Amino acid sequence: MNAPTTSHYPAAPTAQKAESHTLSVLVDNEPGVLARVIGLFSGRGYNIESLTVSETEHAKHLSLITVVTTGTPMVIEQIKNQLDRLVPVHRVVDMTLSGRSIERELAMVKVKGKGDSRVEALRLADAFRARVIDATTESFVFEITGKSDKIEQFVALMLPLGLVEVSRTGIAAIARGPEGM
Amino acid sequence: MTEEMSGAEMVIRALADQGVKHLFGYPGGAVLPIYDAIFAQDKVQHILVRHEQGAVHAAEGYARSTGKVGCVLVTSGPGATNAVTGLTDALMDSIPIVCITGQVPTHLIGNDAFQECDTVGITRPCTKHNYLVKRIEDLPRVLHEAFYIASSGRPGPVVVDIPKDIQFAKGVYSKPKDFPHTGYKPKLKGDIDKIKQAIELMAHAKRPLFYTGGGVINSGKHASDLLRELVKLTGFPVTSTLMGLGAFPAADPQWMGMLGMHGTLEANMAMHDCDVMICIGARFDDRITGRLDAFSPGSKKIHVDIDASSINKNVKVDVGIVGDCAHVLEDMVRLWRSGAKHPDKKALGDWWKQIDKWRSRKSLAYRRSNEVIKPQYAIQRLYELTKDRDTYITTEVGQHQMWAAQFYNFQEPNRWMTSGGLGTMGYGLPASVGVQLAHPKSLVIDIAGEASVLMTMQEISTAVQYRLPVKIFIINNKYMGMVRQWQELLHGGRYSESYSEALPDFVKLAEAYHAHGIRCEKPGDLDHAIKEMIDVDKPVLFDCVVDPKENCFPMIPSGRAHNEMILGDAAESLDSAITEAGKVMV
Ligand SMILES: Cc1cc2nc3c(=O)[nH]c(=O)nc-3n(C[C@H](O)[C@H](O)[C@H](O)COP(=O)(O)OP(=O)(O)OC[C@H]3O[C@@H](n4cnc5c(N)ncnc54)[C@H](O)[C@@H]3O)c2cc1C
Ligand SMILES: Cc1ncc(C[n+]2csc(CCOP(=O)(O)OP(=O)(O)O)c2C)c(N)n1
Ligand SMILES: [Mg+2]
Repeated sequence: MNAPTTSHYPAAPTAQKAESHTLSVLVDNEPGVLARVIGLFSGRGYNIESLTVSETEHAKHLSLITVVTTGTPMVIEQIKNQLDRLVPVHRVVDMTLSGRSIERELAMVKVKGKGDSRVEALRLADAFRARVIDATTESFVFEITGKSDKIEQFVALMLPLGLVEVSRTGIAAIARGPEGM
Repeated sequence: MTEEMSGAEMVIRALADQGVKHLFGYPGGAVLPIYDAIFAQDKVQHILVRHEQGAVHAAEGYARSTGKVGCVLVTSGPGATNAVTGLTDALMDSIPIVCITGQVPTHLIGNDAFQECDTVGITRPCTKHNYLVKRIEDLPRVLHEAFYIASSGRPGPVVVDIPKDIQFAKGVYSKPKDFPHTGYKPKLKGDIDKIKQAIELMAHAKRPLFYTGGGVINSGKHASDLLRELVKLTGFPVTSTLMGLGAFPAADPQWMGMLGMHGTLEANMAMHDCDVMICIGARFDDRITGRLDAFSPGSKKIHVDIDASSINKNVKVDVGIVGDCAHVLEDMVRLWRSGAKHPDKKALGDWWKQIDKWRSRKSLAYRRSNEVIKPQYAIQRLYELTKDRDTYITTEVGQHQMWAAQFYNFQEPNRWMTSGGLGTMGYGLPASVGVQLAHPKSLVIDIAGEASVLMTMQEISTAVQYRLPVKIFIINNKYMGMVRQWQELLHGGRYSESYSEALPDFVKLAEAYHAHGIRCEKPGDLDHAIKEMIDVDKPVLFDCVVDPKENCFPMIPSGRAHNEMILGDAAESLDSAITEAGKVMV
């Protein structure tokens, strides 16, 4: 199959299977570093599914960015190399490839309801080990932590019971075992 | 050693300590303190350009022809935005530039102050790195770091944005060596196990080739020397990208010419049919690969690049070696010399026979004329009449650029300055100004198109001011020829807006600028006119009136494979070339 010849550019490659990867990116905690990372993703057309940033060690002026992205294995490799190329980036670790990482997310889930649905919401929250962090006579705010799919399942269950809104932190990840990044 | 001084003085002091002799710039309100500091010293010479884009291109020419960092100074707002095209050009072509921009005082940042723009925001995607300096204490470190980042690893442009109050503020200056480089440390040595794997592949190759690029030039003269040594030792053929021309001498029998969209038949066919491809400092650009799924389908690929993100970006390779060309080539030469296994002589001989068959198609051939000047002929004559001199060539963008690449035979690195990645019309004239400044005794020629050269024509005024005798050799085909060619071949000959209507009289234009103008319209007059151009000790605008309808061949239409090349009608029959090629493809 020939690409159209009226373009200055080669045809788009045929789609390959995309994978989801969690990357931990250790960066200098300086102004604009997040803009560099986000600009890289938008400029090169990569996906961001989740992004969290926070200072890790104040004294060392370091921040950790955890980003969940999808792409073919070749694109994922590109993303890592492109991140690594940014001057304020110290390290990029593919938590998914290393296979020995723990990923957690926190969500706050607001549910409004009365009567049976209210009781049911409380019962389910208990089963998911979600805590009640705010309550009125007609609403709850639950705090839940865990893997993203657990949170998604919980949110799905709350939907028919009067789900009002959800605020999620995005994913934080860390490697198992004694070694640091 | 530390000393107290103003931020503006620090800027000039840091440049001087970094060995900068020339600074290309244009003044404005937000950089006046720095201009004051320039006035007070004579270590760094300021070159006043006519447009900030020209300042960056001039610095690029300066950098590419010397291997040093090119330096630019512009004001805030429009000064900075005018520099953006040049910065992007330098990023795409890996040229080391430090560009200092003025900024409104820190307390006004974000207030839409007069001539304020978000310079770090605007230049983030078009620089290797950039800084906004908000504290005088950071300024010396940032200035020195900017030079280090611009010139190390894969070179690129760095912007340092300095608010006006920081230029006035007093602080303590420190010299470059007082700053240890943390964090950013490019890897120079390649992984030796990978290099051994590469050598192993090369030793068993039957149809090998070297595909080299701009990285060899970036790596320095030594890398070119080592490349030549390795090519001689192995006996393999070699081709190069547009950006790598000159790293390997065009006069050498192992040279196949440039590859890619307008490369030679032999280079592209060899790329398609090879069994081991050794890519050194090139980035598998789409002008090279054509249709990706048909790109060199049967070869094992080795890729040496200092930037890990260049490896496996477009094309999956078998051995990726992250490192500097010179360092890796040195290891390769050593291992090859000490290696026991060497390739099958018979297979290599057959491969060369095949390459010679492709060569015999004479893919660069064109129909000669005694009536009109053929653009290819003009460049051939230019080459013949300048090859024994100390010559540097820059170009604009278009057909003339491709003909220059095909017909001007470069023998040495750093002699060829062209805008490859961004393809910026208007690059060549200011670039020639930068080159001439760095090489005052040399012959510097911009091979130009009549449309491109008008984009930055005002820089001829800079050349006149500083007595830089650059030669602007305009291949005047009265068309945006490259656009016209695409319209002819791919858009049914609908020449929409590609005719260069209402051109100026270039001879009069030259005179208006106090430069020298020459027009030549007949092939018979050409040699004489070129000699005149060389002999005039002034900037020259040479209006070389050529055949307006000539097309640039060979050409691989975009999205096609290497063996689907279109040849000009003067080349030996295309059909037979393809069938011949088809046979060896299997
Ligand atoms: C109108 C037009 C037509 C064109 N047609 C063609 C054509 O037919 N053929 C062609 O070749 N080009 C053509 N080009 C140019 C093309 O667009 C690219 O700019 C060019 O092919 C890129 O060259 P390169 O691969 O050598 O990479 P460069 O852009 O020079 O990049 C250099 C590579 O080397 C690496 N590198 C840098 N420094 C080092 C070091 N010290 N050690 C190791 N690696 C290093 C970099 O990371 C990078 O990957 C054309 C351009 C225009 C405007
Ligand atoms: C700044 C810029 N604008 C547009 C283009 C698109 N473009 C590429 S080649 C070309 C025509 C160049 O004409 P000319 O300088 O006369 O060169 P020729 O092709 O005729 O040799 C154009 C418009 C470009 N490369 N750069
Ligand atoms: Mg033209």
